[in-house]
Amino acid sequence: MSVLVFADSNNGAIAKSAVEAIHYGSKIGETTVITYGNVDDSALASLGNYGASKVLINKSINEFDGQKLSKLIRAAAESAEVIVFAMDFSGKSLASRVAAGLNAGLVSGALGLPDTSNGFVVRKAVFSGKAFANCKINSDKKVIALMPNSIQVETNDASASVEEFNADLGSSAVTVKEFKAKGGGGVLLTEADVIVSAGRGLKGPENWGMIEELATEMGAATACSRPVADIGWRPHHEHVGQTGIAVRPNLYIAVGISGAIQHLAGVNGSKVMVVINTDAEAPFFKAADYGVVGDAFDVVPKFIEKLKAFKAQQ
Amino acid sequence: MKILVCISKAPDTTAKISFTDSDTKFSETGVQFIINPYDEWYALVRGLELKEANGGTVTTISVGAADYDPIIRKALAIGADDAVRIDTQPTDAFQVASEIANYAKDKGYDMVLCGKETINYNGSQVGGMIAELMNLPYVSLAVKLEVNGGTATIERDMQGGTEVVEISGAFVLSASKGMAEQRIPNMRGIMQARTKPLTVVPASGSLAMTEIVSYELPPAKSACKMVDAENMDELISLLHNEAKVI
Ligand SMILES: Cc1cc2nc3c(=O)[nH]c(=O)nc-3n(C[C@H](O)[C@H](O)[C@H](O)COP(=O)(O)OP(=O)(O)OC[C@H]3O[C@@H](n4cnc5c(N)ncnc54)[C@H](O)[C@@H]3O)c2cc1C
Ligand SMILES: Nc1ncnc2c1ncn2[C@@H]1O[C@H](COP(=O)(O)O)[C@@H](O)[C@H]1O
Repeated sequence: MSVLVFADSNNGAIAKSAVEAIHYGSKIGETTVITYGNVDDSALASLGNYGASKVLINKSINEFDGQKLSKLIRAAAESAEVIVFAMDFSGKSLASRVAAGLNAGLVSGALGLPDTSNGFVVRKAVFSGKAFANCKINSDKKVIALMPNSIQVETNDASASVEEFNADLGSSAVTVKEFKAKGGGGVLLTEADVIVSAGRGLKGPENWGMIEELATEMGAATACSRPVADIGWRPHHEHVGQTGIAVRPNLYIAVGISGAIQHLAGVNGSKVMVVINTDAEAPFFKAADYGVVGDAFDVVPKFIEKLKAFKAQQ
Repeated sequence: MKILVCISKAPDTTAKISFTDSDTKFSETGVQFIINPYDEWYALVRGLELKEANGGTVTTISVGAADYDPIIRKALAIGADDAVRIDTQPTDAFQVASEIANYAKDKGYDMVLCGKETINYNGSQVGGMIAELMNLPYVSLAVKLEVNGGTATIERDMQGGTEVVEISGAFVLSASKGMAEQRIPNMRGIMQARTKPLTVVPASGSLAMTEIVSYELPPAKSACKMVDAENMDELISLLHNEAKVI
């Protein structure tokens, strides 16, 4: 099967979720990557390390313009049977548009490789992570948006050929005015392997210092429960859950969060969950792998101290 | 300003999820249904705010059978002027989007507002598909929408920040948290909703491209290992040696 993977870039580097999508594509078939903007050729050729055979780059598009990018991807998808996106911000914007343009079925949020033993069936999470669905694509062309952090990426020494790719992109009714980067730097929530998250149990925004310190020690991103974002203790973009962002880190540490079903819906894809809460009856303990019943103001500083000692030994 | 808001029906956020018919169907027994939160709190309410500020109409559109009517009445109670229901039981997002696009294409809407995703299928598909089928620009995951004359300024979530875009002319958008605040319908709204028009139109016969062949529930979680609050060394050792995450 021939596969086309769309790869978005961040500041000239191919996004982590896109690297996962490329590797995923290469497990399905001969993989071509389509990207745009300003990424240097050696970085593009090195996508061969993850399984890409060929990389197409369009240098006329320099910012995220969904109308032009979807036309570009459609043009590149002419001979592809399977088109793969990462289910990140750009994938959510483009996959649906490209699928409709190609008259193709789309499974978004795929968790594994397609099962082709009886048609083309892809597994995905539904009901906000409370269940899974096996979803069959019946159209000739098939579009998949892969959930970030759901496959293991392996590398090799191959290198991909790089070609410029141009297509009739028409005009766009959208003008990009400005990009407002999130303040604070640090690790992006949607790319983080470790997330330290805190809730109303922290009592006030002035107490987040220890959460940030723990996150820095762990190379983690910070997150919060919905009420915490609603009261304005933390920025909205940190809100995880059913109505916030859904995350799937390897490790999720929840401090002073009760574990309401709507919160769990956004974090239940985490591989390992640690819960720190004063209340032994907090529902979060039922979903957690490791639990500590105790006062966050006592437990978190101790944890940081021991973690520093552990890191010093490593 | 003519605003179309896409409204879907979703199980209440606390609903117990289970399946019937050999795990091929969602079991609706005992489940309460609500308007999908993104459609209600963000898309619909922002549509109403724009109408209140600029004049115009807010129409809701849903692709579904008669079991949709209670949630459509709720959207009318919150303030929509009228509602359209396309009478079919859709099986995927492509079918929903095709039906909406076929209905809306020659009606001159200035904007089509969707939710970011349905909380049951978590697709984030319908909005982009409508845009493609109607040949309109699409702005996904919008957190802010302002309209000034014929120009819309929209802020949307992107990796690492937000992007501000400007569009003149009609567009499709999917609404995320931040666009508006939830509104609780009042008595007057509920009374008025009973007599507002809910037009049922036949489907155009669009076909689905995908089908769900089966559902699965996650395997039962093994019990949580408790660690003493005084023994953080043990927690670190478990995370390092057993879970292998640090
Ligand atoms: C439709 C809908 C959608 C929703 N979507 C979301 C969502 O996306 N995300 C989300 O998070 N919520 C969501 N909610 C809200 C959710 O139901 C809960 O109200 C919310 O998650 C609770 O936040 P919390 O755990 O921070 O606060 P609380 O429920 O107040 O819990 C605080 C916890 O901190 C513990 N605690 C107190 N002091 C300490 C201390 N010193 N040390 C340690 N622990 C302490 C307490 O024991 C308690 O368990 C939604 C609700 C609805 C109805
Ligand atoms: N059956 C439906 N009828 C009307 N609008 C829908 C329907 N299903 C989904 N939508 C809209 O499309 C958005 C995204 O849905 P989805 O692509 O399924 O995640 C929802 O938030 C709704 O605004």
